[in-house]
Amino acid sequence: MDSKSNAALRTAEPLSGIVTGPAADTAVEINTAPAKAKVPGRTENEIHPKANPWRKTTGARYLVRVLALVVAIVLWELASTHGFHFYINFDNIPAPSVVGAVLAAELTGQEFYLHILHSIERVAVAYVMAVVLGVLLGVAMGRSRWAEDIILPYIELLRPIPAVAWIPLAILMLPTEQSSIIFITFLGALFPVILNTVHGVEQTNDVLVRAARSLGASRTAILWHVVLPGAMPSIVAGLAIGMGVAWFSLLAGEIISGQYGIGYYTWNSYTLIQYPQIIIGMLTIGGLGTLCTLLVRKGCDPLLKWQAKGGRS
Amino acid sequence: MIGALVNDNRTAVLDHSRFRAKSGKPGTDRGRIAVQDVDIVFDTAGGSHVAVQNANLTVRPGEFVCLLGPSGCGKSTLMNSIAGFVPPTRGNVTIDGSAVTEPGPDRGMVFQQHSLFPWKTVKENVAFGPLMAGVGHNEANSVARTFLSLVGLAAFENAYPNTLSGGMQQRVGIARALANYPSVLLMDEPFGALDAQTRIMMQENLLEIWREFRNTVVFVTHDIDEAVFLSDRIVVMSASPGRIIADIDVKLPRPREQALLTSPEFMALKRQCLDLIRQETLNAFQQQNKAG
Repeated sequence: MDSKSNAALRTAEPLSGIVTGPAADTAVEINTAPAKAKVPGRTENEIHPKANPWRKTTGARYLVRVLALVVAIVLWELASTHGFHFYINFDNIPAPSVVGAVLAAELTGQEFYLHILHSIERVAVAYVMAVVLGVLLGVAMGRSRWAEDIILPYIELLRPIPAVAWIPLAILMLPTEQSSIIFITFLGALFPVILNTVHGVEQTNDVLVRAARSLGASRTAILWHVVLPGAMPSIVAGLAIGMGVAWFSLLAGEIISGQYGIGYYTWNSYTLIQYPQIIIGMLTIGGLGTLCTLLVRKGCDPLLKWQAKGGRS
Repeated sequence: MIGALVNDNRTAVLDHSRFRAKSGKPGTDRGRIAVQDVDIVFDTAGGSHVAVQNANLTVRPGEFVCLLGPSGCGKSTLMNSIAGFVPPTRGNVTIDGSAVTEPGPDRGMVFQQHSLFPWKTVKENVAFGPLMAGVGHNEANSVARTFLSLVGLAAFENAYPNTLSGGMQQRVGIARALANYPSVLLMDEPFGALDAQTRIMMQENLLEIWREFRNTVVFVTHDIDEAVFLSDRIVVMSASPGRIIADIDVKLPRPREQALLTSPEFMALKRQCLDLIRQETLNAFQQQNKAG
């Protein structure tokens, strides 16, 4: 979660410092890396045929990733069962085997799925609102100086405020707990989407605009056929980061209020001293966040297929 | 090979009479360019920069004119004012009597490189102009196919531009500019980034296509060989401030092919150009020195 929030904050730096494209990719979610890393990896092997030929296949690379996780789980198991205590204390940390047993029990009941469903619903509503508003505002700001000068001060001022800090105001201002949580989640996703959209739109290639004008394109046609497709790689990066931050922010909202939701589940388990459930809650959040970000990326792939075809990045 | 393709598709091109009616038939009297007393001055951080000074130029319909000059002499700027991208600071530019105020589909542009829409397939790129002109998707696609055949790239209609070589991309660019049946074709060093062999092929290809359409062409280049090989007339410009310093008729027979490049007539004309440019450049230097 931490690396996600860092990536988000970095992307949300003042306009000139926006991280987009590959840098943001790797920072946000490691899972999409193999798709892009595949091509350079292969050419490298062609140049140096002796360099680890078995690592050529994607399958082998995923095997390494899975093994890396397995090693961590084994170490954790050992630390917990042997009561490792040297600055970091594993005395009260349930071993993976215990967590696994509790998880199996949770999966047989209904409650756990209800938590997940509520969280997904909130993220979905908040995310869709953030994407629609974020892209609209971002395009307006990228195209019009007036829009940028009016909106940018708000963004600069509000963006650094962490989701948790919004909790009191969200509760005071909004009618229901549900709307407070969705508002906080929405805010988290909004800023990366806006800023990446602005960045993408401002990078519009002037030669392409001139080409379109000389072919008889109107301003609307230029926006639709030149500006938006050109900004799309940056917008998609913003959408992926926004999804990560949405989950990150959702947790803040669910911890303080609500009776369902995976954040509520995690926090409630802490107050009830149910340690395995805390870990289950954390890993579920991590898993859902990664999964949703991956879905956003895969969903946006058709919009960017023109980039892949050339074989150049 | 390209010539054969052009012949194969000649009837197909001529079939698009609906378009042709809109923009006039090739070889008719459309596409007369008049540049009168044009100055183009840019405001820069250190004052103002005179890119073009007192340019006067008339291009007859169907004429192939090269603007020749060193880098930074304002030849591209002058062409951009004909295209409608850069308004003249003084003077005026007209096409067939009406003043140029903005870019338009009657003036097709071919840029130096990387001007295709990378997110559109080759066919979608060429179909873009007709679509903007308001024809339906089917007709736009069929126009696009026709013009892709004309430049010998019918097989690549579904490819994305970044999968094509530089020369192929420029052929798509030419097809895209022609798909609007413009009365004027403006080309800004379109072959400048290509290797020598490809460039010759492209020049021959361009002349073949132009023989079909006979629209007015203004072609910006700094390559004397290219200018002599292609044009009916070479307009030579000098640098800072950009002025037209010579206007040379090229009376070489057409059709022209690569063999022409080593013929005595070509050499004589090239020498004439070189001498003229050299003389004008020397004069310019002397004037500058006097002024300084």
